[in-house]
Amino acid sequence: MDSQSVLVIEAGRTERHYWKDLWRYRELFYLLAWRDILVRYKQTVIGLAWALIRPFLTMIVFVFVFSKLAKLPSDGVPYPILVFAALLPWQFFANAFTEAGNSLISNAKLISKVYFPRLVVPASAVIVSFLDFLISGIILVGLMLWYGFAPDWRIFTLPLFISIAFVAAMGAGLWTAALNVKYQDVRYIIPFVVQFGLYVSPVGFSSTNVPEQWRLLYSINPMVGVIDGFRWAIVGGNTQLYWPGFLLSLFLVLVILVTGIYYFRKTEKSFADVI
Amino acid sequence: MSTAIAIENLSKKYIIGHQKRERYFALRDVLANGVKQFTHKLIHPFSAPENDPTHEEFWALKDINLDIMQGDRVGIIGRNGAGKSTLLKVLSRITEPSSGRITIKGRVASLLEVGTGFHPELTGRENIFLNGAILGMSKVEIKKKFDEIVAFAEVEKFLDTPVKRYSSGMYVRLSFAVAAHLEPEILIVDEVLAVGDAQFQKKCLGKMDEARREGRTILFVSHNMGVISQLCSTCVWLDKGEIRDIGQTGSVVNSYMLSGISDLSGEMTFPDDSGKIVQLKKISMLDREGNSAQKFDCDNPINIKFDIQVRRQLPGLYGYIGIFKPDGTQVLVSDSFDASTVNPLDSLPVGMNTFSVTVPPRTLGHGDYMIHFSMASPSADNFLVDVPGIVCGFSLDDFASKRGNQRAGFFSILLPWHKLEN
Repeated sequence: MDSQSVLVIEAGRTERHYWKDLWRYRELFYLLAWRDILVRYKQTVIGLAWALIRPFLTMIVFVFVFSKLAKLPSDGVPYPILVFAALLPWQFFANAFTEAGNSLISNAKLISKVYFPRLVVPASAVIVSFLDFLISGIILVGLMLWYGFAPDWRIFTLPLFISIAFVAAMGAGLWTAALNVKYQDVRYIIPFVVQFGLYVSPVGFSSTNVPEQWRLLYSINPMVGVIDGFRWAIVGGNTQLYWPGFLLSLFLVLVILVTGIYYFRKTEKSFADVI
Repeated sequence: MSTAIAIENLSKKYIIGHQKRERYFALRDVLANGVKQFTHKLIHPFSAPENDPTHEEFWALKDINLDIMQGDRVGIIGRNGAGKSTLLKVLSRITEPSSGRITIKGRVASLLEVGTGFHPELTGRENIFLNGAILGMSKVEIKKKFDEIVAFAEVEKFLDTPVKRYSSGMYVRLSFAVAAHLEPEILIVDEVLAVGDAQFQKKCLGKMDEARREGRTILFVSHNMGVISQLCSTCVWLDKGEIRDIGQTGSVVNSYMLSGISDLSGEMTFPDDSGKIVQLKKISMLDREGNSAQKFDCDNPINIKFDIQVRRQLPGLYGYIGIFKPDGTQVLVSDSFDASTVNPLDSLPVGMNTFSVTVPPRTLGHGDYMIHFSMASPSADNFLVDVPGIVCGFSLDDFASKRGNQRAGFFSILLPWHKLEN
């Protein structure tokens, strides 16, 4: 029995083997994601259909408000496609952010009774939202078929923008998850951010509607870059990426992720004590 | 034999708020405090920063040194709040120590709760995999052990039923079964055997005994001195975060129990703990006149009166009282199902509820006793609802009978003697 692993526990020690541990616990990560998916679709009557109905109805409302009432221009693209190309990343972000933000609290029992790298919990929550995202993607395909709209080569750059959305959701999720454990107000802030974000992000309209001199400022909202990227890749045609804004958004997304991981790691060791 | 766990100068500090166990800080308080301190600094720029009077350091573990050899079975005993659970949590890496160092050789599995991570919506089969992974088993390992686990838990027929439809017994059996099939070199177990029926408890003890024979190191926390004595060779007695005694189980358990009597009073109250759905707030021993007492005589009833704070109505709630001798022998057990056909604790209304349990005259023999109190419900998350443990102590004298305090045995019942006609 001499080949046994030796584990040393000391204050501040977890730091050193953290990433190795994260890899060792990957199976738990799959299982948690699998559990959440399974539970979600077991508890709801219409199951998977939820991932379709919600974005579809939201799209109809947006098309009605922004296209029919506000009569905003659509750059020659069917307005439903314009809206849906933005709604996809936004809903992914909003769901992932909410789920990840609440994930530690809803797994409080687990955290206070078992050791594992806590990063697994919000990460698996983001994965579950990603599945929803893929399912709602079906609607977009349906819309394209309905309107006989064919995307061009740019659609192949979509995975890049999906990963940016992923990073944004993960980064913001880590921040809120960690804050949520410590501060009880955060759970009230989450729905507010999601609701507020929907209005300050170019979901119902194209960001070309924003006056030129404000666009860089507008891109401080990192979801602007993500959504513009999605539109650029999906809608194609004469939509242009506003590069300074896009790069600013991209930079901020990365900052959120890096600081999110940092803050999460820093507070993680006290989770079990305060949760 | 080599050392399996070496603990050196281990300490764990908690900062506690004085607003009794608030579970969260509010962001708004933090901001408000920050502003207060800032303005204080503006007004008194050279004064030392104020000590925050609402927060206090609390040492849950203080300078613990302990070596556990491979194959040792070590029991950890102590009063509530003595640091037992904190020690297990630090050893299981759930929380970090504040200082000190632990070196562990070998794979560790900790079982701090029955059914950690069980999801009520998932089936028995799904939960076995989930729980196994949470406890640190690989998928391959679980697959290999799957049939054994199912057989141990006796749930073959319900494998594809969501566990929310399981009876509490099945639930506990399944969750313990998964844990029992871990094959770690070091097994850390918190008071989990307190649940489940007697037959199953026996089975679990058998499983732990098996682990012992296979030469595994076991760390075991329990309030049940009988189980500790049966299972553990060495015993550590924690008191207020420090090791008070360590050595052969028999002698440590004895001195712990004896200290219990002198430390225990006839009355105990508990601070609010909003984390508990139902909580014992106060328990006291009363004599015939209703006065608080600790000395009784065999010819008078002993009344145990207790107040239970109910924060949320809990179906299936029941209470459990055990009366122990100082050496850990359990003399008498009563649960609230004894009351009559209805269990008076079932679905108590929210608020304070008061009960009384009476030990009739001429039941227990003279001597010192301790009372263990707990509450459980099959509909609670972890079955156990509130386990204050040993709460009161009392002594009994036999004045009236001729043999009096010379009477040996457990009972003071006076048996009728008849001369039969022949």
